[in-house]
Amino acid sequence: MTSGNGKGNSRVMDAEGLRRALTRIAHEIIERHKGTTGLALVGIRTRGAFLAQRLAKEIEAIDHHPVPVGALDITLYRDDLSRIAPNPIVRATAIPFDLTDLSIVLVDDVLFTGRTIRAALNAISDLGRPKQIQLAVLVDRGHRELPIRADYVGKNVPTSLQEHVEVQLNELDEREEVVIKALAPATGEKP
Amino acid sequence: MATTATPVHTTQWTRKDLLGLRELSAEEIHLILQTAESLREISLRPIKKVPALRGKTVVNLFFEPSTRTRTSFELAAKRLSADIVNIAAQSSSLSKGETVLDMVKNLEAFKVNFLVIRHAAAGVPHLIARHATSAVINAGDGAHEHPTQALLDAFTIKEKKGRIEGLNVSIIGDIAHSRVARSNIWGLTKLGAHVTVCGPPTLMPPAIEQLGVRVTYKVEDAIKGADVLMLLRIQHERQEHMLIPSLREYRLRYGIDAQRLKGAKPDVLIMHPGPVNRGVELESSVADGPYSVILDQVTNGLAVRMAVLYLLSGNQKDEEGLLHA
Repeated sequence: MTSGNGKGNSRVMDAEGLRRALTRIAHEIIERHKGTTGLALVGIRTRGAFLAQRLAKEIEAIDHHPVPVGALDITLYRDDLSRIAPNPIVRATAIPFDLTDLSIVLVDDVLFTGRTIRAALNAISDLGRPKQIQLAVLVDRGHRELPIRADYVGKNVPTSLQEHVEVQLNELDEREEVVIKALAPATGEKP
Repeated sequence: MATTATPVHTTQWTRKDLLGLRELSAEEIHLILQTAESLREISLRPIKKVPALRGKTVVNLFFEPSTRTRTSFELAAKRLSADIVNIAAQSSSLSKGETVLDMVKNLEAFKVNFLVIRHAAAGVPHLIARHATSAVINAGDGAHEHPTQALLDAFTIKEKKGRIEGLNVSIIGDIAHSRVARSNIWGLTKLGAHVTVCGPPTLMPPAIEQLGVRVTYKVEDAIKGADVLMLLRIQHERQEHMLIPSLREYRLRYGIDAQRLKGAKPDVLIMHPGPVNRGVELESSVADGPYSVILDQVTNGLAVRMAVLYLLSGNQKDEEGLLHA
């Protein structure tokens, strides 16, 4: 592992590694779907939505067909809404096509407990009835709390619960990288 | 890809109640408008429901008649999966002599989460808010405030004009008796609009200019240069109390018709909180004309009320020291 940009941080992916992972996932998606017919990408806000845009570009560059892309906000479907205060800021869900009978690839940055994906699956089933839903993530850090797994993984990164995985993307952040950070002891898991 | 240039507001909502716009900061108003913008899409779906307020209970407690506002709150609650109970004062135990606070305490004994209150007397929602653990939303108190109406008006102006700051907004009609006018003055001035109020001197409250508005008694002055004309309903009882000579006289001096509208900007917006008194404050051809956004106001009201319910629900989790799952 390369040393990261701060104390106790370690970089697990740089900009080049991130680009290569997305290119590989794009190839895998095309291979598994035998092309792009009936395929659509839905990114989970915030960073998953940008990754979905990038994947769509990669897929189009390889297969020469545009792939519909949408952005999903799962805030209203969170299972911890009544446990956190104040309520998180809601962003708009923007899926400009009918999901019904399409093969959907959900895209997110980090797969952790699986609760975000559970929320996304419920949100999608309120919007239509896709033929199939798959999951693509940039990083799988383990520690699942639900029976959920990814179909496409940029990188498996073993972590401890005392760590935080941070994905930084050019669209939002100053850097382009994936970093593991140690959580401050005070913000760790409470009994 | 609509309104991607809108700045993202990261203020957090910390209030238990929404009682008026007077006490809100511009940032808090922007947070409500931004949340409404995100929630608007839900009402365009085939399945118009999200689970955010599942298990929460909203009580619509209306001591004054209302169709639009009550229905809007009811649909807003339902689209967020909350349960809702409607109580109209005429059929309530108030007619048996129960006080308002006793009634509220009894409703709270049912473990409800929100009280949406409309009352003819100013300050009743504030009184209830001090005694209730539920989140209280003012749906109109006397001639005082009607915050969700002003929020949906601001939302509609922003939707149509892309901004609120720097716009000229003229509010025309019975300013003295209008809670819509007061809430809009508070809200729009905080958001940087230039507000003019216009009406007959008998319907103009004294010292209203201290709220930072321009006052004119000539409707032509209010129309000229305005980006938005906000008309208010003229109630028949104002005539009985001799504040205006007749509805006909009001129409002749202040009513907006096609002829008067020629003095307006070519892209003026015509707004009205409803219900419209056709042929009094607004001629039908104008109410139904190309400048009118009256029905957009109704549509947007739903998204704004969903936003208010969502934001308030984030701050009632420490009841009995427990987090309610």
